[in-house]
Amino acid sequence: MPTVWFIIVSVMIAAYVVLDGFDLGAGIIYLFAARGTQERRSILQAIGPVWDGNEVWLLAAGGTLYFAYPQLYASAFSGFYLPLMIVLWLLMLRGIGIELRSQIGNPVWQGFFDTIFSLSSALLAIFFGAALGNVIRGVPLGADGYFFEPLWTNFQLGPHPGILDWYTVIAGVVALVTLTAHGSLYVALKTEGGLQERAQRVAIRIWPVQLALTLISLVATWFVRPSIKENYLAYPIGFFIPVVVFVSLGMMLVQIRKGKELSAFLASCVYITGMLVGAVFALYPVVLPASTGEAYNLTISNTAAGHHGLSVGLIWWSLGMILTLGYFFFVYRMFRGKVPANGGSYGHPDTEEAKNVFSHAR
Amino acid sequence: MDSALLVHRLHFAFTVTFHYLFPQLTMGLAPLIVILKTLALRRNEEVYNQAARFWARIFGINFVMGVVTGIPMEFQFGTNWSHFSRFAGGVIGQTLGMEGMFAFFLESAFLGLFLYGEKRLSPRAHWWSAVAVWLGSWRSGFFIVATDAWMQNPVGYEKSADGSVQLSSFWELVLNPWAWWQYAHNMSGAVITGAFVMVSVGAFYLLWGKYEEYGRVFLRVGVMAGLVFTILQLFPTGDGQGRLLARQQPVTLAAMEALYESTPGAPLILIGQPDTAQRKIDNPLVLPKMLSFLTYRRWEAEVKGLNAFPPDTWPENIPLLYFSYHIMVGLGTIFIAVMLLAAFLLWRGTLFESRWMLWVLLLSLPFPYIANTAGWMTAEIGRQPWLVYGLMRTAEGYSKMVSAGNGLFTLLGFMGMYTVLSILFLFLVRREIEIGPAVEAAAGH
Repeated sequence: MPTVWFIIVSVMIAAYVVLDGFDLGAGIIYLFAARGTQERRSILQAIGPVWDGNEVWLLAAGGTLYFAYPQLYASAFSGFYLPLMIVLWLLMLRGIGIELRSQIGNPVWQGFFDTIFSLSSALLAIFFGAALGNVIRGVPLGADGYFFEPLWTNFQLGPHPGILDWYTVIAGVVALVTLTAHGSLYVALKTEGGLQERAQRVAIRIWPVQLALTLISLVATWFVRPSIKENYLAYPIGFFIPVVVFVSLGMMLVQIRKGKELSAFLASCVYITGMLVGAVFALYPVVLPASTGEAYNLTISNTAAGHHGLSVGLIWWSLGMILTLGYFFFVYRMFRGKVPANGGSYGHPDTEEAKNVFSHAR
Repeated sequence: MDSALLVHRLHFAFTVTFHYLFPQLTMGLAPLIVILKTLALRRNEEVYNQAARFWARIFGINFVMGVVTGIPMEFQFGTNWSHFSRFAGGVIGQTLGMEGMFAFFLESAFLGLFLYGEKRLSPRAHWWSAVAVWLGSWRSGFFIVATDAWMQNPVGYEKSADGSVQLSSFWELVLNPWAWWQYAHNMSGAVITGAFVMVSVGAFYLLWGKYEEYGRVFLRVGVMAGLVFTILQLFPTGDGQGRLLARQQPVTLAAMEALYESTPGAPLILIGQPDTAQRKIDNPLVLPKMLSFLTYRRWEAEVKGLNAFPPDTWPENIPLLYFSYHIMVGLGTIFIAVMLLAAFLLWRGTLFESRWMLWVLLLSLPFPYIANTAGWMTAEIGRQPWLVYGLMRTAEGYSKMVSAGNGLFTLLGFMGMYTVLSILFLFLVRREIEIGPAVEAAAGH
């Protein structure tokens, strides 16, 4: 039963990264790829109707993590206290940046919220990457299953590292670059004209960096946590995962060069999922490794909730998931197709963004 | 009090109090918007559609604030209250997990359709999207109240070997009688906020002499809903909640009334300040025997005073609890009077000309917010010194690894952030009210 929930929580986190990843990425390229009010509006139209739903995956994954692994939730959330609080502030800033920007047409107002939106998107990508880096590297868990990490100490590895050290900084940069590419491909998929070309160019230019960072992060992970190879050696099918990662990374470049934006975007989805699955596969059954010695590792068995609760949860979770997939299918169908390059400028300012999506969809 | 404990308590109290200013209007306005949309469908009059659109815009701004201030709440169970989460996560993880799966997804998926989808959807489909948003916000409310209700009245759990509690009965958790009384009382309170906000804006338009057609619609709908729900708030929901409290947390009831000695035929105190040192009430104004009657339906019944319980189970801050409770009940009673009077004038057909009454309704705006906040303070301060009633003390639940300094750093950060959010919110809502409901029609809707 704990293994089932390990898979469920991993899938929800992956869904969050893939889905919210593209609107974070769109936010990262927002300031430099979109020229002028019209193009910025196009990016906002492309993510406007879905970003909130995407972000709910984070909340739902958090809620499910709490439900399935209360001890992991308690330990990780209090140990990562400072970065989590910063993530919360960034999420709040980003939310109001997107939603309040179009309330008022004044360029000063919009410029302010544009910057807030883009900066918070980029910082969130870095923090999420660093968080994943922390989970892979391990944290200074004590015998009571708790820890506390300051934001940084000396940027070195060791039994008592900070949130940021050289390894987690690499992970943060990998996330920034990956989501930049992911978001660019999404924008290329959803828009037309100069904006689409520029988004494609970002994806193509950043590709070599992404390739290099993928290799560096793999080598660094091997160095930081040599035990990752154990699961791969025990279950050699796992070596399929890095193959998928590199093939999908290659496909991203091939497809975007051909101008097939949908295939390229989907390849990016596969790449992100592959990277996450690779990490999760290496960790299992550990959910939070200890830098203070393997005896203190948090695993699925010493952090899971009671058996009855987990069984009951499987019923309502499945029901909720079916409903959710239904809503998402419906909403993405409503908003499918390209956002027009020449959105109108009628109506009340706060509704015009999304109205255009509706009136030009299909 | 250990300073880290104090910081973590303030951290949660501040963020949750600020957060709940927004969901109470979200949950309260949602059914009122559905009423306006229903009237628009039934009577086929554009004024109701316009009125619904106006409130949807206010709703949208309010919803954003509710979402962004709500995200930290879920996280804080782990960040600031990790020992509590470790202890109780096996049970309340159920309700919090279900909130995500059943409420958040529904709400977020249909909110966009509801706010921006009117042109794409048929009127009936758009009506359904409004209903879905209403349902989502009310489901969310239920799972949160059910979580709090479990902390007030833990049911459906068993202790496990490592000292934590685990779920033993899903249905006992979901059908916790405390949850249903508290939910009914809480949701009724939310509709009261929605109704007062609506009548307040309506009264403002009539006094201003602008958008008077809409002002009259807001007043009619708001006063009717307000009358029904202010009465429901007292009876049966408030009454039921109070009698449950007398059974399950008698020491809390004694502290709420500042009843130091067990008394047969106990009076209900209307006004008076508790003096904890001398264990008495200064300048009391009381209804004799009323507390006994309300609690046990017998005039001479004995109500247990604080002296009947060990002092280490008394709520720590009796004056604050006493005032929270009395402010809630006092305002609730005044709300009934205001709504009765407004409904009477509406029935007589003179409400729209009674400027003095319009002024009363306009100025009533902040009070339902105060009453709802005071109500939650009563529930949460009344539960002290317990975090989970009878099972875990508040002093045991906070994150021991997070120092007072780190806690204060983020508390101050939230205070700064929320100051900015308040300014933005007030600025944008004031602007919407000034632009008024008629604007979109002019823009060619």
